[in-house]
Amino acid sequence: MSNNARVVASGGSRPKPPSIRKSPPSFAWLGVLPFLVFVVLFLFLPSLSLFVGGFQDAKGNFTLENIRGLFTPFILNAYWVTIKISFTTAVMGGIVGFFLAYALVAGGVPNWVRSSLMTFCGVASNFAGVPLAQAFIFTLGRVGLLTVFLKEALNIDLYGQGFNLYSFWGLSVTYLYFQLPLMVLIITPPIEGLRREWREAAENLGATPSQYWWHIGIPVLMPSLLGSMILLFGNAFGAYATALSLTGGLINLVTILIGSQIKGDVLHNPNLGYALAFGMVVVMAVIMSIYYALRRRSEYWLKQ
Amino acid sequence: MKKNVFWNWFWIFISLVYFFIPLYATFNFSLKARKGELSLLAYQQMMEDPRILRSLIFSTEIGLLTILLGLLLMVPTVYLVRLKAPRLRPVIEFISLLPFVIPAIVLVFGLIRTYSGGLLPLTNNYTGLNFLLIAGYVVIGLPYLYRSVDAGMSAIDVVTLTEAAQSLGASWPTIMLRVIIPNLRSAMLGAAFLTLAIVLGEFTLATFLVGLKAFGPVIWQVGQNRAYEASALVIVSFIITWVLMGLINFVGRRGAADGSVAAGPR
Repeated sequence: MSNNARVVASGGSRPKPPSIRKSPPSFAWLGVLPFLVFVVLFLFLPSLSLFVGGFQDAKGNFTLENIRGLFTPFILNAYWVTIKISFTTAVMGGIVGFFLAYALVAGGVPNWVRSSLMTFCGVASNFAGVPLAQAFIFTLGRVGLLTVFLKEALNIDLYGQGFNLYSFWGLSVTYLYFQLPLMVLIITPPIEGLRREWREAAENLGATPSQYWWHIGIPVLMPSLLGSMILLFGNAFGAYATALSLTGGLINLVTILIGSQIKGDVLHNPNLGYALAFGMVVVMAVIMSIYYALRRRSEYWLKQ
Repeated sequence: MKKNVFWNWFWIFISLVYFFIPLYATFNFSLKARKGELSLLAYQQMMEDPRILRSLIFSTEIGLLTILLGLLLMVPTVYLVRLKAPRLRPVIEFISLLPFVIPAIVLVFGLIRTYSGGLLPLTNNYTGLNFLLIAGYVVIGLPYLYRSVDAGMSAIDVVTLTEAAQSLGASWPTIMLRVIIPNLRSAMLGAAFLTLAIVLGEFTLATFLVGLKAFGPVIWQVGQNRAYEASALVIVSFIITWVLMGLINFVGRRGAADGSVAAGPR
């Protein structure tokens, strides 16, 4: 009960403001209730239904057969390709994104370049899915602008050399378009948190720039760097629209497999589909727990 | 120091080239619908295609309803938790972050399985499907909604404001509508624009629940057989995203909408 309410409740002479004093705790619960009901109905129940379905056979009896089914070569391969592409784009986006963010923060760059690139990163990290895939088809498809330009002007035949937009590397180059800007957005605050005093102190003690980075900069930033890359990993891991519209569903990713399973029972076992989907949630849950553990660690330095 | 500045510009240059080329290639393609000359024919065709405007309006409506439902659920919750049950705050925060763990394709799979029968069948009529779509978008938007609203409430002293209003005899509706919400305006607007940006181009939920009624699936379908029109659409949807992000920056300038301006996996 708030102080004010207590004063009034103990018999103040002012006109009574209405409601809360009657039953303060239950009122708060009532206000939070719609939110909780909504979350249960549209977040918990759907997840639970997949989880339960993953442990049932066609007749609804308990079985571990679907979990065993996940370890067949076809599905393992889908997970492996998904993990590989998420890892590749997380590391590449993470490294380039870090250098770009550092370049924007550390200086020597006019303010308007910095702020407009930052805004662009906000746009590009949200510019994913179907339009992004199409933009890359116009760029690096067989008759894409860059493909044709490289061939005619520089005599580099991308497709002749084995590149294909509709394959692993093509997908990676496309994913980077939202991974790189996302990295810039999340790694900028930790980079800004590096204190000038630390650098000055190191220099006063005679440290070279590489010593400063090796002993101070990198250790302080490491949790943020790893955490950000893990977030990028999760970001690519769950991507569906970009991959579908780029490859037409021809690449064996877990999300694509789930999509085909929803459209028609391609696995010939709906319950295997539920297990597959729940498997994704498990991977994402592990990823996000590591992310939050690392973020807590990085906040230790940034808050000092 | 000079060497550092060189490397800074190097990374900026590389990134700019990478960011710029796909946009340029798409824009360039969109001007070539008429053979041998540059024209806006693709844009004209796009405007004349009834599917596009219709689906854009549909998705905007869905987006607005998502924002409304999301704020109706989130604002009272965050407010009451701050005022009455601060101990619940980590719980609400944790719940709001859970959607990060559930990819859109998994969410839609679960929604379809849960509501295609049983006690609450929603997938057998259009109203039910539209509602399911809105509910799914609220779930996807939850982390951003929570963060914006929570940041907005941190910036004002909710407890003092409420007590001050109460001691002047304000009723609960008055407190909410005339004290709390006006103070949250920029936070709520930021969340609203981001939600709209997520919903407008969203493909995964839309394609499985409402199909070609929504903008995202229509962009996809146009891309299957009408390349010039598709390129014009890509440019337009990029501009829409840009405008919405610009609006977030604009309303967020006075605090509130922190750095959380990126949506989850697509």
